[in-house]
Amino acid sequence: MASQDKPVQAPVRHIRIQPARAWVALELQELWHFRDLMFILMMRDIKLRYKQTVFGVVWVIIQPLIASLIFAVIFGRFAGLPSGGVPYLLFVYAGLLPWNIFAGALQRAGNSLVGDSKLISKVYFPRMVIPVASSGSILVDFAVALAVMFVLLLLNGWQLSLNLVLLPVFTLMVLLISVGLSLFISALNVYYRDFMYALPFIIQVLMYASPVVYSGDLIPELVKPFYAINPMVGIIEGFRWSLLGTGEFPALPLAVSLGIGILLFIIGGLVFQRIAQNFADVI
Amino acid sequence: MSEIAIRVEGLGKSYQITHATSGYRTLQEDLRALIKRPFSRGSDAPRQETFWALKDISFDVKQGEVLGIIGRNGAGKSTLLKILSRITKPTIGHADIYGRVGSLLEVGTGFHPELTGRENIFLNGAVLGMSRRDIQARFDEIVAFAEVEQFLDTPVKRYSSGMYMRLAFAVAAHMEPEVLVVDEVLAVGDAAFQKKCLGKMSEVAKGGRTVLFVSHNMAAVENLCTRGIVLEQGRVIFEGTQTEAISRYLIRGQENSFSLREHPHRVGTGEVRIVGIEFRDLNGAPLDVIAAGQTIDVYFHYECAQGGYYNPRMRFSLLLKTQTDTPLFLHHNRLTRQSFPHLSEQGAFVCRINRLPLTANIYEITYSLMIAEESYIDYIDNAAQMTVIDGDYFGSGEIPPASFGPFLVEADWFIDDTVQVKDV
Repeated sequence: MASQDKPVQAPVRHIRIQPARAWVALELQELWHFRDLMFILMMRDIKLRYKQTVFGVVWVIIQPLIASLIFAVIFGRFAGLPSGGVPYLLFVYAGLLPWNIFAGALQRAGNSLVGDSKLISKVYFPRMVIPVASSGSILVDFAVALAVMFVLLLLNGWQLSLNLVLLPVFTLMVLLISVGLSLFISALNVYYRDFMYALPFIIQVLMYASPVVYSGDLIPELVKPFYAINPMVGIIEGFRWSLLGTGEFPALPLAVSLGIGILLFIIGGLVFQRIAQNFADVI
Repeated sequence: MSEIAIRVEGLGKSYQITHATSGYRTLQEDLRALIKRPFSRGSDAPRQETFWALKDISFDVKQGEVLGIIGRNGAGKSTLLKILSRITKPTIGHADIYGRVGSLLEVGTGFHPELTGRENIFLNGAVLGMSRRDIQARFDEIVAFAEVEQFLDTPVKRYSSGMYMRLAFAVAAHMEPEVLVVDEVLAVGDAAFQKKCLGKMSEVAKGGRTVLFVSHNMAAVENLCTRGIVLEQGRVIFEGTQTEAISRYLIRGQENSFSLREHPHRVGTGEVRIVGIEFRDLNGAPLDVIAAGQTIDVYFHYECAQGGYYNPRMRFSLLLKTQTDTPLFLHHNRLTRQSFPHLSEQGAFVCRINRLPLTANIYEITYSLMIAEESYIDYIDNAAQMTVIDGDYFGSGEIPPASFGPFLVEADWFIDDTVQVKDV
């Protein structure tokens, strides 16, 4: 301020409007500025999701529970796959927790921009707010599902370990990966609606390429390096380690997850920012 | 206080118009195009052309100025506002804006029918760039302005359209940007609502804030704005005071003959069809612009099947509205006890309006040819526009400004000093 000869007052905000550029910075600061909008949109998504359902939150409990039961019966009982001494239901449920964040975030964000096309064509705000808010709304489901996890552990007389302390970190990591991919997919979906149809299929394929319903130990050594590129591998193993207290700390897979997560976020963000400049004209 | 708030330099926006059926592409289409013509760039597909919605736009707006942007539909007004609101990017040129921008291109953006009034206030406020704290602080004011206290926790889908509009505008009216960009949002709602909106707008305008205002309502522009620019086919054709801008816009070669043969929104049996509308003076010469107070003939050229048409109950009416859809007057041949049971194969219904009592503006003409209520032979809503410029209605060289209302009325003044004041 000392170098300015103007009287002390709030600095005038200056905005330059210019043609679309090849690459635009992520503008996370701008995103932070619009955090209230992000939060309110998130609340809107959550409210709308359950507003006209009879059972509301019951669905959030039942879905992963039934899915885990089915997987436990098929893979644990019928196929007799190993789960490292953990009841198969707990084993699968612990894997489904992060997986459902990932899959849910992608599904909700995928079509979010198209769903909010009216907003995009009538007001300015960082476009990233929309897919990020959509992805974020999955956290409510996650919180409920996590509570159910603790109930399941309790019913099974399972001892919680100190490993639990790292669970929030792992959760943030899934978010990083999910949001990065969500940005990418939601932006492309504005141009190519194909993604809307391909997404459920891709998510299903990815699920079987991740140790959600089976143990990662089953993967042959030869394939493991390729397998490990999947950032969800480290996350899922991290969740099991943290919640069930079994096995060793999956340091290497988690490092891979973090690295790829950051990469996905940056690439997804840059692609998004580039495409976002023309959303209003296309959507 | 003469600092620049907005500086626009060489701004232009072009669109690629693709003559394809679907608005968005599919991956398949793009891949196929790539396979067919692998060495040409995807963007120059054969059926594309470039359309400049805006070109070479430059102007400055000083702090505290209220700039009216006027022009016909398709002149580029909305595109300009969208660029200045940062919704879309220009193709060339740039603009600098100093100050927090709030833009209002639509009332109730982001409103969700399932959410309650309260929830929508926060949602809409956040969409307009207000923080939750700002909204919280003005919540009571917003609710009071909208007059929806009892319905705050009702989903807005159960609101009447009037309540909905009031709530939506109330939120927008309480954002406090330094630079406000407003599109034709006041053209909705009933008269009381419009009055309230205009009142709020002039409060904002007089509060020293910079405002860009797009409207078809010339009275509002005259009233609220301090300067005006006229856009035509994407270019600025005039810049000056709002009054000059309005008259320039009105005089500027408005077409005053309208072919309706291809009109997409025609209603009725079609036994008789109006194929064109034009304005003529008493000598039969076509008129481009009509001066207030001029006697004119409005020609509705019709065509019907061979052998003509016969129906003694046939009624032809003309409804004149403002561009914001407020009806001004209705006239039909039964009012003057004139009937035309026989129509030959072609001709024109002519409505002679004596001493046109309207102030300078553009008006919408709606006509209908009917046998009974709701039983139309031919009907087109807003079929043509009538451009009226200032004229010497009173023979005194003076007429009131358009901002005091659309009508000019024949009246006389005198003093009667023989009466007593009565207690009323």
